Amino acid sequence: MNAQQATGPLSVIRGDVEEFLFEEAALLDAWRLDDWLGLFIEGAEYYVPPAGSDEDVDPDTTLFYVADDYFRLTERVKRLKKKTAHVEFPKSRCRHIVSNVRLLGGSDDQFDATSNFVTFRSKGGRTETYLGHHLYRLCLVGRDIRISRKVSFLDTETINDQGKVSIII
Amino acid sequence: MAVQMSVEPYVVEDSKRGLFRVNRRVFVDPEILERERGLIFDKCWLYVGHETEIPRKGDFLTRKVGGRELIFVHAKDNVIRAFFNTCPHRGAMVCREKQGNGKAFRCFYHGWTFNLDGQLVARPEAERYSQDIAAGTHDLVPVPRLEHYRGLYFVNYDSAASDLNSYLADAKEYIDLTMDQSEAGMEVVGGIQEYGFEANWKLLAENSFDGYHGMPTHASYFDYVVAAGGQMGGIDAKLSEPRALGNGHAVIEYGAPWGRPVAKPVPAWGEEGEETTAAIRATLERRFGKERAYRIAYHNFNMVIFPNLVINNIMAITLRTFFPESSGKQHVKAWTLAPKDETPAMRRLRLRNFLEFLGPGGFATPDDCEALRLCQQGYQNLAAAGWNDISKGLGQESQISTDEEQMRIFWREWDRRMSGGTE
Repeated sequence: MNAQQATGPLSVIRGDVEEFLFEEAALLDAWRLDDWLGLFIEGAEYYVPPAGSDEDVDPDTTLFYVADDYFRLTERVKRLKKKTAHVEFPKSRCRHIVSNVRLLGGSDDQFDATSNFVTFRSKGGRTETYLGHHLYRLCLVGRDIRISRKVSFLDTETINDQGKVSIII
Repeated sequence: MAVQMSVEPYVVEDSKRGLFRVNRRVFVDPEILERERGLIFDKCWLYVGHETEIPRKGDFLTRKVGGRELIFVHAKDNVIRAFFNTCPHRGAMVCREKQGNGKAFRCFYHGWTFNLDGQLVARPEAERYSQDIAAGTHDLVPVPRLEHYRGLYFVNYDSAASDLNSYLADAKEYIDLTMDQSEAGMEVVGGIQEYGFEANWKLLAENSFDGYHGMPTHASYFDYVVAAGGQMGGIDAKLSEPRALGNGHAVIEYGAPWGRPVAKPVPAWGEEGEETTAAIRATLERRFGKERAYRIAYHNFNMVIFPNLVINNIMAITLRTFFPESSGKQHVKAWTLAPKDETPAMRRLRLRNFLEFLGPGGFATPDDCEALRLCQQGYQNLAAAGWNDISKGLGQESQISTDEEQMRIFWREWDRRMSGGTE
């Protein structure tokens, strides 16, 4: 799941990516999941490897928490909007803090970026904290940045305190 | 002097009226947890790990089992051993890595070094120790009992416990059904899921083979199964059998709509999934005959080996064990097993199939944990509402997997042991 070498021109700068990731965080904070899904291109993937994983972890040989292809990502969004997604009904309050955004290079067709995150999930009298870094594979569709892969690496050794990854972190 | 027993029983079974109830105090009372530690976790066989997690000589891992920190190691003589992870000198945890491979364990505090058999082999200024100290005094302490069945290693902290083989009793039949999926053997696939949540450990034992909650709790998962092309109702909808397996172990065996990497495909897997699973079914038939091959390929089961090992052979195989951190909090460890000789495509499919339902990011497990957390919160009302009901199916002519007989089997054994009963 590592960054790739650039093969063509890249017309975005770091600040563009940062703005995009702030917008993504705002959509997730507001539970605007359809709009959030709209940031992904068809065929995109979303991963959360086991807590404490290195970046070279492989979903084909390791048991992740989340390894969504586009179909399952779409289904995840559908599910989270239902009352029968009991863990998120009533909805938790989420606050996605994004920082240390770096553009790792690539071309307009495919470029990589990373950010640090702290995501707070509050519900039922307690607040759970997820912390780590995201690794994005992005592309330009027209003038818009879109996601073709998002991987969220958690720093904690386990999720004994959080218990689940029921939100998009 | 007679000890005054609590006036309230833990478990009440009134078979005449078909009523089975569990006192909610057993989920919240710290004194009951202390009794459980002594009468259950210190007496029963507890799952440690699978041999394929430490396949080579020198492989080791550290793991907390039943409140003890252990080192689980594949020694030079090819024997798998387990030691308490504490230095015989001052008690520091000797091994601090989660897993690795090495020739020795070295406690960094004073530099005592132990070989893979746990023997002290070096320490600074060794000449300053008396020659009269008996050999072995300063070795790592091995666990009292470590035994295995088909690669599954269990520890028992009671040196007088009966052997694992007789303890597992008829649960072995279902371990066999799992391990027989591949001629090459089964292995734990990379990674462990470790998570915790605020619910008493026994609630997860119940939940792990509770057929009754499936439809209401997991409606959103079944929506997904239908969207992915699974047939609701599916094969063998009538197959639905809870069974007592001895010593408090129980299982439900049933048909279900989801795909099984061995060897029941769903349309979403495409032609390749169809072909690969057909080939696996043919191999199973050659090895075991039609009937057993069919059972291995199509039948699902959820099994609890008392007190806290779950083997669920469903849309993937999950091994799950869980321990109390307190009355109201548990820590869960979960793995998946897969055939050693599986094709990369099937392995990929299996891991993704696991995640559609299971684990902290699945479409079902988080809702289970939420339900159990709500139960635990609800028990704050126990002074006014003091009993759980586990009566479904009691007194009926036959039992089905959505009844609660399997849970009653768990509770009868729990009650027996908590009342001082031994093996």
